[in-house]
Amino acid sequence: MPSALINVPKRAKRGDVIEIKTLMSHIMETGYRHTASGSVVPRDIITSFACRYNGAEIFRADFFPAIAANPFITFFTTATESGKLDFEWIGDKGFSETASASITVE
Amino acid sequence: MAVTRHQTRRDLVRAAAVAAAAALACPAFAQAAPRVAVIGGGFGGAACARALRRLDVGLQVTLIEPSKTFTACPFSNEVIAGLRELSLQQFTYDKIAAEGITIAAQAAAKIDVLARTIGFADGTTLSYDRLVLAPGIDMRFDALPGYDEAAAERMPHAWKAGEQTLLLRRQIEAVDDGGLIVIAVPAAPLRCPPAPYERASLIAHYLKTKKPRSKILVLDAKDNYSQQKLFENAWKELYPGMIERIGLSQGGRVTSVNPATNEIVTDFGNYTAAVANVIPPQRAGRIAEIAGAADRTGWCPIDPVTFASKLVPNVHVIGDACIAGGIPKSASAASAQGKACAAAIVNTLAGRPLDPPRLDGACYNIVAPGYGFSLKGIYQPKDDQYAETDVTTSPLDAPPDVRQLEAEQAADWFKTLTVDTFG
Repeated sequence: MPSALINVPKRAKRGDVIEIKTLMSHIMETGYRHTASGSVVPRDIITSFACRYNGAEIFRADFFPAIAANPFITFFTTATESGKLDFEWIGDKGFSETASASITVE
Repeated sequence: MAVTRHQTRRDLVRAAAVAAAAALACPAFAQAAPRVAVIGGGFGGAACARALRRLDVGLQVTLIEPSKTFTACPFSNEVIAGLRELSLQQFTYDKIAAEGITIAAQAAAKIDVLARTIGFADGTTLSYDRLVLAPGIDMRFDALPGYDEAAAERMPHAWKAGEQTLLLRRQIEAVDDGGLIVIAVPAAPLRCPPAPYERASLIAHYLKTKKPRSKILVLDAKDNYSQQKLFENAWKELYPGMIERIGLSQGGRVTSVNPATNEIVTDFGNYTAAVANVIPPQRAGRIAEIAGAADRTGWCPIDPVTFASKLVPNVHVIGDACIAGGIPKSASAASAQGKACAAAIVNTLAGRPLDPPRLDGACYNIVAPGYGFSLKGIYQPKDDQYAETDVTTSPLDAPPDVRQLEAEQAADWFKTLTVDTFG
């Protein structure tokens, strides 16, 4: 069961606006909840997400406790050249996940 | 349909409706036999009409239902899997009519809640003192891109029993061995929440015996569902490797469909089905919206003690169409609601105090012939909404004779419920 899902068009024409979709499985525990015995459930969230297109950062987001579990992020960019998109999620408790996809731009 | 309208009386009704809250509490118009109209002859509406008449033979009860026969959804998954004939799902209103209930075999087209009249397509109207809406569900043909009424002929939902049930059955019978069956499941709320998984199970039973190379893919807009562990264990035991399910957090939510190619698209995948069973998002039956009883969710908010609409006066909403908190949208819940609503109406009209209802619901799932399990719940009003106060689910580990017994109980339950409702 993959923890990261990404959807990047395999092919695009140069200059096309393309949609990119990502979904990361994560509990996104707010840190505001208490257990039945009264102790606080420690915060455990993804704190940042970034996407690089051939090394250049094209999208970044900071996450906070109000973001629901399994964050689904979708955004648009312009297809400029063939290459690779790298995705990175960083969070509490040393959470770090990456994923990548290739695109051919004609 | 004979209908009389007295201008003075109508004015009186309008005046009363201005003070809608007060009117609700009044045993209004007690001078003649109170007229109660019930729209919708399913499990909820039929049970309500019968209960009204039994609780007070002085009531004039009219059941408004355009279909001559009712086709029941419970057990219709067995019809899809070729284990049962549709005729066993069908019931008429003859016995209900024999009890002194007027059957109006027309569809209600308009409702004027201030004048308390129902308008029919042929121009006639019917006046009522109390109206019960039991319209069930309608598919939302605007909610899933690509899925409209025409698409349902190619990608059947089979979420209302009848022609759609048979269409899906024929498609499954016609599929080549190895063909992929996709079941698209919407987010809650939906009619009969565990039914998509019962359906997957019974189709798997058919495939196992007739087309062993075929597989089932369930694309689900939910992560968790009712009796999930029981289903998953049964799939491992009976249909290993045959049913794959992709939940919401794994990208299972269907975002669009293409009926021309039988493609089903999610945010992260694109699937071409040999048979596409697309269950779209749903809402209360259209007449609820026409009456003004549905809110922007598409469902009808109610007072849990009386089932009175929170939006329009002198209207009650029961069954799948109402927002009933913890009560699942099921046949047995609709029937229990119909009876409780009837009691509330009869007591209100007689000026008697109301008891908060205690509703029983039962939900049986058959995953193979002779293999059943269930969830039984008790529901009571709490904080202006129904809460599940007690729930019993079949044990996760049980010997085959327990599953067999539950399958037999399911058949008995269906018989009891349908005789209770339709005679």
